[in-house]
Amino acid sequence: MKRLLASVSIAAMMIAATPVFADMKQGGEMTVTFKDDLVTLDPAIGYDWKNWSVIKSVFDGLMDYKPGTTELVPDLAESFAVSDDGLTYTFKLRHGVKFHNGREMTAADVKYSLERTCNPATQSPGAGYYGALDGFDDFQAGKAKELSGVQTPDDYTVTIKLSRPDSTLLHLMALNFSFVVPKEVVEAEGPDFGHKPVGTGGYKVSEWTSGQSIVLERNADYFKQGRPYLDKIIFQIGQEPVVNLLRLQKGEIDIPGDGVPPAKFTEVMNDPKWKENVIVAEQLHTGYVTMNVNIKPFDNVAVRQAVNMAINKDRIVQIINNRAVPANQPLPPAMPGYDKGFKGYTYDVEGAKAKLKEAGLEGGFETELFVANTDPQPRIAQAIQQDLAAIGIKANLQNLDQGNVIAAGGKKDGAPMIWSGGMAWIADFPDPSNFYTVILGCGGAVEGGWNWAWYCNPDLDKRAEEANAMTNPADADKRAAAWGKIFTDLMADAPWAPVFNEKAYVIHSARIAGPEGIFADPIHIPVNYDEVYATDAQ
Amino acid sequence: MPAYVGRRLIQVALILLGVAAITYLLLYMLPADPARMVAGRSATKDQVDLVRTQLGLDRPIWEQFAGYLWKLLQGDLGRSYLQRTQVTDLLAARLPASLLLMVGGIFCELAIGLTLGTIAALRRNSVLDQGLMIAALMFISTPQYVVSLTLIYVFAYWLGWFPIGGYGEFKHLVLPAVALGLLGGGWYARVTRSSVIEVLRQDFIRTARAKGLDRWRIVSVHILPNAVLPIIAMVGIDIGYFMGSIVVVESVFGWPGIGQLTWQAIQQIDIPIIMGVTLLSACAIILGNLLADLVAPLIDPRIKLR
Repeated sequence: MKRLLASVSIAAMMIAATPVFADMKQGGEMTVTFKDDLVTLDPAIGYDWKNWSVIKSVFDGLMDYKPGTTELVPDLAESFAVSDDGLTYTFKLRHGVKFHNGREMTAADVKYSLERTCNPATQSPGAGYYGALDGFDDFQAGKAKELSGVQTPDDYTVTIKLSRPDSTLLHLMALNFSFVVPKEVVEAEGPDFGHKPVGTGGYKVSEWTSGQSIVLERNADYFKQGRPYLDKIIFQIGQEPVVNLLRLQKGEIDIPGDGVPPAKFTEVMNDPKWKENVIVAEQLHTGYVTMNVNIKPFDNVAVRQAVNMAINKDRIVQIINNRAVPANQPLPPAMPGYDKGFKGYTYDVEGAKAKLKEAGLEGGFETELFVANTDPQPRIAQAIQQDLAAIGIKANLQNLDQGNVIAAGGKKDGAPMIWSGGMAWIADFPDPSNFYTVILGCGGAVEGGWNWAWYCNPDLDKRAEEANAMTNPADADKRAAAWGKIFTDLMADAPWAPVFNEKAYVIHSARIAGPEGIFADPIHIPVNYDEVYATDAQ
Repeated sequence: MPAYVGRRLIQVALILLGVAAITYLLLYMLPADPARMVAGRSATKDQVDLVRTQLGLDRPIWEQFAGYLWKLLQGDLGRSYLQRTQVTDLLAARLPASLLLMVGGIFCELAIGLTLGTIAALRRNSVLDQGLMIAALMFISTPQYVVSLTLIYVFAYWLGWFPIGGYGEFKHLVLPAVALGLLGGGWYARVTRSSVIEVLRQDFIRTARAKGLDRWRIVSVHILPNAVLPIIAMVGIDIGYFMGSIVVVESVFGWPGIGQLTWQAIQQIDIPIIMGVTLLSACAIILGNLLADLVAPLIDPRIKLR
């Protein structure tokens, strides 16, 4: 028997017609600025925080998140069902969803899009997420012409078969990399598809001037009634964040996409004029210090614990203008599974010294702390350096370009300690597994991997696998708790010293507004483009 | 002269080859791995290796470089790793904006330099002269980032005379062109001043004065042409300097030129773009110098090209 989740789709329909916002009128426009270009809007390729949420408005996936939350709802799918063994997912597609070129989207497009992402020729940075799809390895290796795990019994049904249970599958179907693209356009445009994207989303790209501006226009045929609100979104590219803030103050733009620059932060936050239009939100982010367990003396757990106790996190949070909250575990508070009751290692200089003594290193030792060389990271690393000096650890700073730090972290004996700032983990999707597999699991502890602590605990890996096998949506809480425990148990081994969880700040003009939570939500930075509306159009 | 130009062009080709080789080698030696940037953090080692093979990064460096040169000879700079677009297309899309900004910058530096320098020379050793020379020194020594932000704050944000940023109309060009030209303007003010003073000491100026020519005529007909020509010859060299400063100015003003493209490519280790921009800049610098050398004998017949 299958657990049919029709109720979810009904809930989705109700959200679309929520009375509170149903009376918002469409119309108007807004201007968003970014310092850097959006690079690409190809959903299989785009992978930075700027193009990420724009892609979400140009394309759709089988699943999506309820606006302003991390709750999964069907999107291009009308409903879905999971088999009892958790290995087969059946998605029923909506009828009549059209691509921007007018053609109807069908199951074949879903299959094509997934195969395109998993095809090595596409060089998608997201392919690795789909490893649980049946036939993935053969397809990647070129041994199979199609991805056997994705089948289309008819035009409106997609079944996805897994080779191992993966409870993140629904998230993966809400991830940009699985978004549905029309084959004929992708093939016609070739590599230029990223600049001339065609999807099913609420906005279509009407103009892209490289390095200058991108204009999105509302898709009048969008399948969600009444969405999106704005007729037009203009992205202006290229200016310094500080200049964009001036332009906001002058009323020329609506959202400076890069946020408030640190130098202007206090000034803006204390300005009563802007108070109402600054939104602070939690991000799925943790900043941490990794300690390479291969490098002496960090092979000794007592030393790693001492580092955890030595760092004064409150002071570091002050250094970055309180734009973060101190952290004591790898998971950020906004992530399911976060353990509120967990205390972790509290700031305790004497305790830290005692731990060093326990490790036979009373006299301290000398080591290296790698850090990315963009502000404020070196300042944060200096604070950590001072804290470590207080217990006798002399940490020499290695201020390097971000790429070089990442490279050092991926080498077995490359970097004893790394401050993760600037490269830190922001989850791609709101599931705790996203904070484990690649950065703390054994799979990531390989040459060129992201597990910079080189921590590998087979026991925890096994528990992670078990948690991921809890595919029944009814077990969501149980699963989150299992994951939470993995992270707090892991802290006993202290491969990381978690330092803080950054908050996102979005500032916007009074011309635009939206329901609570759509600005700086963890999935859409700086804003959910489909849900924001113009106040002057009301 | 044609022989000279021919010889110079051969030199140019050799210099470009050297620039290409050195840049390629430096980028190759970076510990950062472009294959990993492309493959993303969810990729397994096998997937990264696959991408590396596809990008040709697993081949020996000389083979990669030979392949690059072969394509280069056919006018193909490759495709950007991340944008997936042809680098030639990206450069072509950005070049007009940068050229426009450079022309504006050259105009501004000449206008500022010549005006301030001439006035200072004519009023030499006065308070005005000293004030102008201090101003020129400030133009030279203030970082362009600060100059650009100050111009924006005063003339766009505060006074509202110009837009804060953007591209497309003449009003958008003014502030970035001034920001770009101010540094050179400061230099030229100082050079013009000493050059005008030198001309003022010449006998023919005394004669002109003795003839009773009016002051404006002396300045415009007798002094300026003699004082200005050496400066014009220096402009060619400026093109090289501008290739460096447009990165800053373009990024502050949101000017969609080469500089902005470079900045982003460097952050993303997008090697084909970095290579393309470096070669383009090298061409600009070499051509600028060549131009300066060719113009020099026209201005000063004592210089012979051999």
